[in-house]
Amino acid sequence: MPLLEVDGLTVDIATPRGVLHAVRDVSFRIERGETLCLVGESGCGKSMTAFALMGLLPQTASRSARRFRFEGEDLTRASPARLGALRGDRMAIVFQEPMTALNPAYTIGDQLAEVHRRHKGSTRHQARERAVELMEKVGITAAGKRLGQFPHQLSGGLRQRIMISMALMCGPALLIADEPTTALDVTTQAQILRLLVELQRDLGIAMLLITHDLGVVARTAHRVAVMYAGEIVESGTAAAVFALPRHPYTRGLMASIPVPGKTPPGARLGAIPGIVPSLIGDIRGCAFRERCAHATAVCTAPVAVRAEHDHDWRCVLEARPVAA
Amino acid sequence: MSALIEVCGVSRQFVVGRRLFAAKPVIRAVIDVDLTVRSGEVLGIVGESGSGKSTLGKMLLGLIAPDRGTIRIGGEDLIAIERRRLARLIQPVFQDPYSSLNPRKRVVAIVALPLAVLGIGSAKERRARATAMLERVGLPARYAEVYPSELSGGQRQRVAIARALIVGPKIVLLDEPTSALDVSVQSQILNLLLDLRDDLGLTYVFISHNLAVVEHVATRVAVMYLGRIVEAADREAIFANPRHPYTRALLDSVLTPEPGLGVPDTGLGLAFPNPLDPPPGCTFHPRCPESGPRCRIEVPRVLQEAGQVACHLYDGGTAA
Repeated sequence: MPLLEVDGLTVDIATPRGVLHAVRDVSFRIERGETLCLVGESGCGKSMTAFALMGLLPQTASRSARRFRFEGEDLTRASPARLGALRGDRMAIVFQEPMTALNPAYTIGDQLAEVHRRHKGSTRHQARERAVELMEKVGITAAGKRLGQFPHQLSGGLRQRIMISMALMCGPALLIADEPTTALDVTTQAQILRLLVELQRDLGIAMLLITHDLGVVARTAHRVAVMYAGEIVESGTAAAVFALPRHPYTRGLMASIPVPGKTPPGARLGAIPGIVPSLIGDIRGCAFRERCAHATAVCTAPVAVRAEHDHDWRCVLEARPVAA
Repeated sequence: MSALIEVCGVSRQFVVGRRLFAAKPVIRAVIDVDLTVRSGEVLGIVGESGSGKSTLGKMLLGLIAPDRGTIRIGGEDLIAIERRRLARLIQPVFQDPYSSLNPRKRVVAIVALPLAVLGIGSAKERRARATAMLERVGLPARYAEVYPSELSGGQRQRVAIARALIVGPKIVLLDEPTSALDVSVQSQILNLLLDLRDDLGLTYVFISHNLAVVEHVATRVAVMYLGRIVEAADREAIFANPRHPYTRALLDSVLTPEPGLGVPDTGLGLAFPNPLDPPPGCTFHPRCPESGPRCRIEVPRVLQEAGQVACHLYDGGTAA
């Protein structure tokens, strides 16, 4: 049984201009100990998907799903209180910007301890011991001393390590990481990602990693789901998706980044013309068709999911290898 | 080819915060930087946040004066160049096209403004030139009358590029021009910048933290760390044979989209230096996997050979 099973997740947000369909019929599953990367560009619904799982959606948003199971428990109609009890305990999240995610007015120690005391009912002393243990696990030196420090006294990389140790305080089964390294410098990004991958492997936790960076996906994911305009347009094992991307959007993304050692310097990069469609109002057919070089009249009708082995995609095109 | 930009021994520091009785804390943002950029080159400047790359860029634009050292553009001391003439030599494009465009002005007026400031042409001619420049950067005439809020991030960055190019500068300073953009839009802007450089014979100074992008566009690369240039060389040399341990760590950190390789180990420690109180000797030594006793005491010299590198490894070793 998968750890997390999501079928037909939909998130609608009420806006003054109408209903915005931020997440449209999204389905995926994550096994224990597995990393699923949700990749896509800004506004594609990847963060909203994570917020929906955590029960962190804004008040103007409504969520529905045909099926939403986590650790065997049906959460399809779970109350906010039930999700609140799971959040930080069985599923935990690491955000992009540790400076805004941490409270500047409380010490690191207080913030780490709070999670544990709230969910595990531990004493202040027990919670602090647990905090020191985890800070050491994520590679923070002089952990005991750091407990009394405030977030602004730490570097970005250290703050993100604090966020990760906070997420791990209660021993979650699922760690959601929403662009965890986007705000960090490149060398720190590599260090933090390496840490996440090691922790995930050592502790056997499952990870939902949300990113816009195909490099991060390739280096961390077991499985990949590519989102466009609120939908998963392609998913499969990282090896399969990178070896033979099927959806024209995935192919377009891969062609648009310069790859050291492969893309000749100064050569023209692939580009995806046009812009992302509005998600307000009715959306019919393939949302990518306006930007797709292969679109035909059929693309205006709903597109069925095609599948081959452990790889599926939402496109009527016959499979074609990505142009080199 | 002659040097279009020459930066000689340039330093700049900033006083941060206030202390009543103690010495005021000082950040040395740029320290003893030497650089030359030849006409037609694309100089990539890479480094982490706080490495001084944007301060260096602002000094090239004449927005910040160096405390020490000189900057020459086309052989003339930058301080002596009159502001309007400087504006026709070097123009900037900044990272965030959301904050760098006036939201109350139509696109054509934004692009024509530098011409008006410089007193070039009649109002009608300025509009015509602005419309043509917008067209050149890939924004058809129908976009001339819209406001920035009606444009996507990529389109706004095209407006910023058109505004920079309208006065016909020789040099464009690009400070993280694609960092705020989605990858599919980033590639469109990079393609445009490379086309414009070929067509108009421009020289770029391209500041970025993204090494894959720098490798793609730059002909020469300078790597900055805590205010100093630790290595500079031609693109081929620096990517094929990085010499400074920091350059190597940066290159190791690049995550190419190749599954199965895992996340690289940079070999760097967790000692993040405090820019207000930088480590003695080589400021990189607390993180450097190859540091020795000498690195903790002595600031490495800048060696001018095959580009430049500032590391004791190439200057007699790291032993004290």
